[in-house]
Amino acid sequence: MKGGGLNQAKRGLLGLGLALMAVSIASAASVSEIMDTEWREQLGRFFSMRDPSLRFALVGSILLGLSCGLLGSFIVVRRMALVGDALSHAVLPGVALGFLWGMTKDPLAIFIGAVIAGLTGTAVVNALVKTTRIKADTALGLVLASFFAVGLCLLTMIQNLPTGNKSGLDKFLFGQAAALGADDITLMAIVTAAAVALITMFYKELLATSFDAGFARVAGIPAEWVHHGLMLVLAAAVVIALQAVGVVLVSAMLITPAAAAYLLTDRMHRMLLMAGGFGILAGVTGAFFSFVGRGLPTGPLMVIGASTVFAGAYLAGPRHGVLARWWRQRSRAARTERENTLKALYHVWEDDGFRDVGVTLADLAQRRRETLDEALRRSRELERHGMASVNRDAVYFTPQGRRRAAEIVRNHRLWELYLTNSANIAPDHVHDDAEEIEHVLGEKTVRELERRLDYATQDPHGKHIPGPRDIHGGVLAGGDKAEGEP
Amino acid sequence: MVDPWTVDLSLYGWIALMGFLVATACGLVGNYLILRRMALMGDAVSHSVLPGLVIAFLFSSSRGTGAMFLGALAAGIAATVLIEAIHRKTRVKQDAAMGIAFSTLFAIGVLLVSLYSEHVDLDADCVLYGEIAFVPLEPMVTWLGVTLGPVSLVRMAAVLLVVVGLIFAFYKELLVASFDEALARATGINPTWLHYGLMSVLSVVIVSAFESVGAILVIAMLILPGATASLMTDRLGVMHAIAVGHAAVSAWLGVSLGVWLDCSIGAAMVVAGAAIFTLVWAGAVLRRWQRRMGHDVEPVPATSVPR
Repeated sequence: MKGGGLNQAKRGLLGLGLALMAVSIASAASVSEIMDTEWREQLGRFFSMRDPSLRFALVGSILLGLSCGLLGSFIVVRRMALVGDALSHAVLPGVALGFLWGMTKDPLAIFIGAVIAGLTGTAVVNALVKTTRIKADTALGLVLASFFAVGLCLLTMIQNLPTGNKSGLDKFLFGQAAALGADDITLMAIVTAAAVALITMFYKELLATSFDAGFARVAGIPAEWVHHGLMLVLAAAVVIALQAVGVVLVSAMLITPAAAAYLLTDRMHRMLLMAGGFGILAGVTGAFFSFVGRGLPTGPLMVIGASTVFAGAYLAGPRHGVLARWWRQRSRAARTERENTLKALYHVWEDDGFRDVGVTLADLAQRRRETLDEALRRSRELERHGMASVNRDAVYFTPQGRRRAAEIVRNHRLWELYLTNSANIAPDHVHDDAEEIEHVLGEKTVRELERRLDYATQDPHGKHIPGPRDIHGGVLAGGDKAEGEP
Repeated sequence: MVDPWTVDLSLYGWIALMGFLVATACGLVGNYLILRRMALMGDAVSHSVLPGLVIAFLFSSSRGTGAMFLGALAAGIAATVLIEAIHRKTRVKQDAAMGIAFSTLFAIGVLLVSLYSEHVDLDADCVLYGEIAFVPLEPMVTWLGVTLGPVSLVRMAAVLLVVVGLIFAFYKELLVASFDEALARATGINPTWLHYGLMSVLSVVIVSAFESVGAILVIAMLILPGATASLMTDRLGVMHAIAVGHAAVSAWLGVSLGVWLDCSIGAAMVVAGAAIFTLVWAGAVLRRWQRRMGHDVEPVPATSVPR
């Protein structure tokens, strides 16, 4: 069992190492340098879980990843991403004051101080926006930096005190998961449980106020109170994450996993689950590398883990990912190209009086104002998609290709007629618009257009609009056999 | 007992002067950020320059000014490009895109600092709140036999001169582009170039201020003077003047406060600046309140104009 575990560990390590390398080659190289000497030993310690501090660190990372991911989902969809940033910096004076209260690192005092400071910060932002002409972004930056400076002043004061040196408060800046103790874990568990409970209880209210303020008002949901409640839980979640991630990077744990989930799904409950999962993944990754790398700051490692997940979703997300989008755009462009070729073929064929002979490549090339080679390439492209067949220097529609060509021409001419009749646009100005829309009109829209135009058969330029009989049978269908087999 | 303004002036004078230069340069650039509603771009760029700075140190293995500026510029532009790539290509909004981009770059920077701490003359705390107290200990620059001052102070002064020169040269263009982009475009000003120019100047100012006040406090220096000024005036020129005044007062108060409380002087300067802002804010609210009270007494004449 131990061998299997180790194997898995190696594979996991490899994956994580690669992920890290993708973000920063230099740092990955150095991590492996450190691991060369003692990675076996550290890895063994990590997976045997003998160290209590390691157990605390892991549990803590899981809890903070979960709570940050869940709450982050709401701030991302509510477009308050940078409120999280301001909040996380604004808690610092509270941390310092909480420490000064009893001159010890008492988790509860620090927690209360930090939550109060964070909420004061958001209240100041609100007050600034309400009472002056200062805009929200300036107000956020102002509060963020000013509160942080007050916190740093207090923190450096404490460090210069004779008793302050061993306070370990500097861990609050960049985070050290290994510094978590049993009390911290208890507090984290309570806050995470409260966050989960509140989200479950007020899910509907949160959903309504996040997406449809008007509906929320009509439904009688007190949006103000929901907002304040969310800020309170958010402040608590930020504070429990402080020790592991650090003040500066907490906001990334709120934003990044949630933004990654936002790219992968359109459903809020799925987004919540995914964001929680990504948060946990990032948290554990950070704790792992921080432990193996002997005291590397945990916060940056967690953030790089979360950013790697985001980069994956950004590139490879099935619907909103950049690659998928690029592919969709490319295939749409290719389809438009094919349909334009079909249309040109149809036009030549129409001018020829729908005779039962193929369209010569020369005619197609002339029509499209292209060279013969280009015309041949386009025809071969149609052939590959079963729309036409090419025989020496002539092109023949397949039944499927003929139908699609007639549809495109119909869409184009219907739209021209519609614009001329219903939108009062001059007939010589409607072509370009129709060029665009002919590829995207659906059958339902076409039916509606036909109905509104009284099943007209002539477009504004006097050309025949192919009707259902032209497309699915009737006059044109007679040519099928001769065209299909040259 | 330390007395910054008499006995130890040779030491604290340099610190106060450095603080003044940093706050002035940041404040002047920050005015435009605030007007263009890009205040948080300062936040993003000031975090993002860190990895560029560290990589520049690693490659040049010295604190060469050229390498530093190049690294910071590259990182600043990388951050701008990343933000655009995230929010233009996906449905993630600009604020979240900013948060993701700068936190990633900053995390990489902090990690590099802790991995290569023996090669890089920076430490993680310095990244956040700087070491303005070390300015007087730097080697002095002498030019034509005149002692000008510590290295980073001379550099900061040069950057400030460039910033002031650019503002004088492009005052009209910046003014128009900040208030009315359509008019700017119509009069032949290219807002895109102006935007990237401003971002480049921002990166340079940030990197030269970075060592003395650190990432987060740069943001404060960028926003506080401009925000204070915007509560007091409607005119851009006056706004610049107020920003310079704010910088001077907060540098002086900051040194006193830092010495008195025995805390980080950079942070103390920001606290002083924030205190000034709070006073001005209170004044503005009070004035508004008074005006409204006065308005309530006799609102009649304004509305009783015969039609």
